[in-house]
Amino acid sequence: MEALITAEKLNHHYGSFHAVQDLSLQLKRGEILGLLGPNGAGKSTSMRILSGNIVPSSGSVLLNGIDLQQQPLAAKAALGYLPEQPPLYRDMTIAEYLEFCARLHHIARPEITQAIGDAMDRCGLQGMGTRLIGNLSKGYQQRVGIAQAIVHRPDIIILDEPTSGLDPNQIIEIRKLIRELGEEHGVILSTHILPEVQTICSRVLVLNQGRIAFSDSISNIGETAPSSLMFRLEQTPSLDEIRSLTGISTAEAISGGHIRVGLEANTPPAEISGQLVAKGWGLKEFNPERDTLEQVFTRLTTEEGG
Amino acid sequence: MLAITLRDLKSMFRSPLAWSLLAVVQFILAWIFLVQVEEFIQIQPRLAKLSSAPGITDLVATPLLNSASLIIMFLIPLMSMRLLSDEYRNGTFTLLLSAPISMTSIVLGKFLALMLFLTMLLLVTAAMPLSLLLGGSLDLGKLAAGLLGLELALTGFAAIGLFFSSITSRPAVAATGSYGLILFLWVINLASGAEGQGSALFAWISPISHLQNMFSGLVSSADLIYFLLLTICFLTLSVRRLDSRRSQH
Repeated sequence: MEALITAEKLNHHYGSFHAVQDLSLQLKRGEILGLLGPNGAGKSTSMRILSGNIVPSSGSVLLNGIDLQQQPLAAKAALGYLPEQPPLYRDMTIAEYLEFCARLHHIARPEITQAIGDAMDRCGLQGMGTRLIGNLSKGYQQRVGIAQAIVHRPDIIILDEPTSGLDPNQIIEIRKLIRELGEEHGVILSTHILPEVQTICSRVLVLNQGRIAFSDSISNIGETAPSSLMFRLEQTPSLDEIRSLTGISTAEAISGGHIRVGLEANTPPAEISGQLVAKGWGLKEFNPERDTLEQVFTRLTTEEGG
Repeated sequence: MLAITLRDLKSMFRSPLAWSLLAVVQFILAWIFLVQVEEFIQIQPRLAKLSSAPGITDLVATPLLNSASLIIMFLIPLMSMRLLSDEYRNGTFTLLLSAPISMTSIVLGKFLALMLFLTMLLLVTAAMPLSLLLGGSLDLGKLAAGLLGLELALTGFAAIGLFFSSITSRPAVAATGSYGLILFLWVINLASGAEGQGSALFAWISPISHLQNMFSGLVSSADLIYFLLLTICFLTLSVRRLDSRRSQH
């Protein structure tokens, strides 16, 4: 599949602060890439670079195969961007504002009405065209911000914390919208809500201190071999007996008669369950503990920070 | 580019600032105009005895334009200060930056909006001396030269105002900056009186001498070029400023 965004070795300095270090990433059509990271990890800076709002200290960005530095106008034609603070003119109505955005993106005059209508429908703004943006609630302003980013039907959509300030129902709607957008476009979004990434993104990139700390597809995160197991037995063998089984490195008793064991690398869970059954201890429960995104995130961002 | 011009012009007229400025300027200029007309009527009998007496254009229209140039000069920074500063402040500048439009279009679009507003102001000002046509005759050539001079001066000052607005996200700072520079240009020729040689430069830099030529009906290419240079210089600086803003932050 074609790459919509190709970023190579991006670096950015704010004075002596190295905000983004050697960031390279690719986004393909039909992909939703989630950018995760603690505060100050460089998420917003990366997005500002990708959207052409700041020029990186070094590195290159190709949008749709067009260099953002060399031909900024042609490259930006394929881009829709929602910054952290939605770029709204408070003194305009929703319809006026979206018309202005459409004209900024050179949409032909006859198609503008259609484009505005579509964008408003998709963001749940039907029938609100004459409302003044300054009088809208934060959630609706956020929706107008998203409408602004999709009104010209760009191939690439960059959303900086799209669900911030929304109520739970709105969050569900916006997530649904983003998933729809991800089918035909390429979407990058940043967030610090971990479940959000797990539910809507197809790939995740964890940034820490300006570097990529982790990058994988969401489906892979659950597929890796578990590093620990939890089980419950009818009988109560001593922990030492359990440690003596092959493939087990640590064992501890936890509440409710459960025992958690750490596995040596590349030990399939089936091998452990086989041994437990063979011992005749009466296996009642058996749960491989997979790495959730949350565990990955905490491990990566605290290890390097320390 | 035109989309930006239209949006800015609409937003100017949505705020009470534009309307109140138009009203205040009109009121003050109308007062000056009426005072001049009355004075003219009083001295008219004496003028009739002179062989080459100054006409109504010299005695009413030119002083009016002179005052207008001063008053509008004070008003430009108020109108220009928000053009870019507000966009930085409200974060709407990212919208323009992520759209496929060049920095030059942004600057020209905003500049055009400001110029349309100022031209509107100039036209209603011009209506006052033109109303004298109802009861007398005017030296239309002289009046046209004066109006052209005023429009050119406004163009140059508007470019200065836009540049200062591109520097900062605080409208008040932008206004202070443009007041400073415009007033400085206005008084710089005071230094030209006393000294001998170097003073010609100061006189040339100040818009006053160029404007006086125009008001007295003399349109020379040197004066046109002066205002053109002033405008192009500050518009270019604004474009450069927007470009460098992206790489700094």
